Amino acid sequence: MSQYKVQPGPEAFLPPSAASMGIVLPDPGEAHIEGRIVPEEEAYEEAARKLLGAKVPTIFPGPLVLWKWNDKAAQKATAIRKLANSIPCRLIPMADYRPKYPKIDPEVEINPNHPNLTIWHNKIDVCIFVGVHCHQANLALKIIRGGTDCYTMAMCAQAGHEDACLSFRDASVEKIERLTAAVLKLKSEGVESQADEFTQIKLNRQGRIA
Amino acid sequence: MNKEVDLKGKKVKLSQHVKIGEKNKMNQTYTDVSDMFAAKGAPSFLTGSEIIRDAVKVASVDISVAYPITPQSEAAALIGELFAEGYLLDYFRGESEFAVMGQCAGAAFGGARVFTTTAGPGTLRAMENFPMWAGSRLPIQVVVTCRGVNSPLSIQPDTLEMAYLLETGMLVWHAETAQDLYDFILAGFMVSEQPDVHLPLANCCDGFFVTHTKDTVNKAPEDLCLPPYDPYKSPVPCMDMECPPVRMMRDPFIMKSNYISYATHASWQQEVKAAVERSRKHTIAILGGLIETENVDREILIVSSGTAVSQGREAIRLLEAEGIKVGLVKIKTIRPFPYEEILEATANAKHIFVPEFNMAGWMAREIKALIPNNERVYEGPRVAGGMTMPSEVIAEEIKKHLGL
Repeated sequence: MSQYKVQPGPEAFLPPSAASMGIVLPDPGEAHIEGRIVPEEEAYEEAARKLLGAKVPTIFPGPLVLWKWNDKAAQKATAIRKLANSIPCRLIPMADYRPKYPKIDPEVEINPNHPNLTIWHNKIDVCIFVGVHCHQANLALKIIRGGTDCYTMAMCAQAGHEDACLSFRDASVEKIERLTAAVLKLKSEGVESQADEFTQIKLNRQGRIA
Repeated sequence: MNKEVDLKGKKVKLSQHVKIGEKNKMNQTYTDVSDMFAAKGAPSFLTGSEIIRDAVKVASVDISVAYPITPQSEAAALIGELFAEGYLLDYFRGESEFAVMGQCAGAAFGGARVFTTTAGPGTLRAMENFPMWAGSRLPIQVVVTCRGVNSPLSIQPDTLEMAYLLETGMLVWHAETAQDLYDFILAGFMVSEQPDVHLPLANCCDGFFVTHTKDTVNKAPEDLCLPPYDPYKSPVPCMDMECPPVRMMRDPFIMKSNYISYATHASWQQEVKAAVERSRKHTIAILGGLIETENVDREILIVSSGTAVSQGREAIRLLEAEGIKVGLVKIKTIRPFPYEEILEATANAKHIFVPEFNMAGWMAREIKALIPNNERVYEGPRVAGGMTMPSEVIAEEIKKHLGL
């Protein structure tokens, strides 16, 4: 049996988890691209190319970086903002994991229980998760792969995500900055962002403010 | 669906807790589990129940909940002594096995390392909690000292209850000896608490044979202990009552009649199964493999787990004396099931015998479902209800089946 590839969908009515298809998480110093274990350096360049080549590149920051639990979270948030500006790309927060009734506002938020709604509504073709609790990220990544054609990436602070098309592990401020550096390096070499023009919607704790 | 995991030269993270090297209030030093195994001292001669106590003593367990009813192993009562000595933060008796497992969940939701024991009918009475633990990603460890579950009851080994645990989403390991049990308890916390795993572990052993009889065991020094549980590495927020999975238990979220709700629930279950698969890498790093093999190039193999392996090993010695060469596969982890390893180990076998201490023959079914040409599998011999399985019986059944 050839190795399963973790590629953008829509894959199936209920796609299998990548781990059940034999995909193994990277070890420290490694990443994976579509299930293939690669040196981290290779993944930085690939992730940067994907972000620059997308029409609607989007970062989904989760609660672990949206809220100032500690100084490191704040530093990560600053680094993520720099990454977004470098591409440029929009930020759509996953502020918490509560199922939203009757439905979410997919223009401004994403939820792990029905992330496909946000992907479809905004026509997001490349996204990157950062600061999302691992189990919730896996849930969302698999649902996105099942029902959308979005290329998913994860900047995970723990062991990484097989259900993303590309995943880093042990994410730190430095690693986020290295991804930003990879984006800037490609741009300096003449690679241009293909992103459509967009307006970053602003939110506070009560919701949309601009 | 397993994939070859090459760990040679790789830096798989075992213990990475910041407290390694520091001392706890009992003057034990937080130590990486592999260093604890390397520091094992001279053999001790103890019962399995005493071994459970001694493993818990160095496992940095925060809370244990007990419901010891007769007949029982002494383990839960012995852990109570550890609490009296100050090794646990809390220890109390639940109102029933069901209540115990619910109370264990509460403690784990709060960020504690939790240990408990159960057996036989108690396992079944508590059963509803086990898939809840797994769905909630609570890395609780329960030692299941397997005995009969069906009337008339038995305190002797009968592994039927393991069949009920297979699809709960828990990790399920099966210790052959008291040494296995000691090692599995310590390794189990380290594997099940990995952020990418973070699942409960049913550490099974065959009641009475392992719990009540004495055996020699090499233990880690008692001035060492496992690094403490770090709830901040949980893949779900600690004590979060507003979000799935906890909300699923009190909220009609999953009962809403719409595709999204069902798809979420299904995906959640898949993620739990995925976490079981992820435990392979960590288990191999700590335990050295999911199976152990001896002479698997031979045409006749005995494949099993628990004390059936011990009896099989002795049967192999008896057969060897008659010039019949038989190999052995000992399965240590039932979930995750070692697919690739068993396929490889049985590739050349013409006859595969699966001795079991239960009437269902669930292990033989697992193996038959996995390997090609499964007519090679002979389901048995089997005993149940507390019967012993003399090695002579295994040897005779092999000879009889093969017409020797």
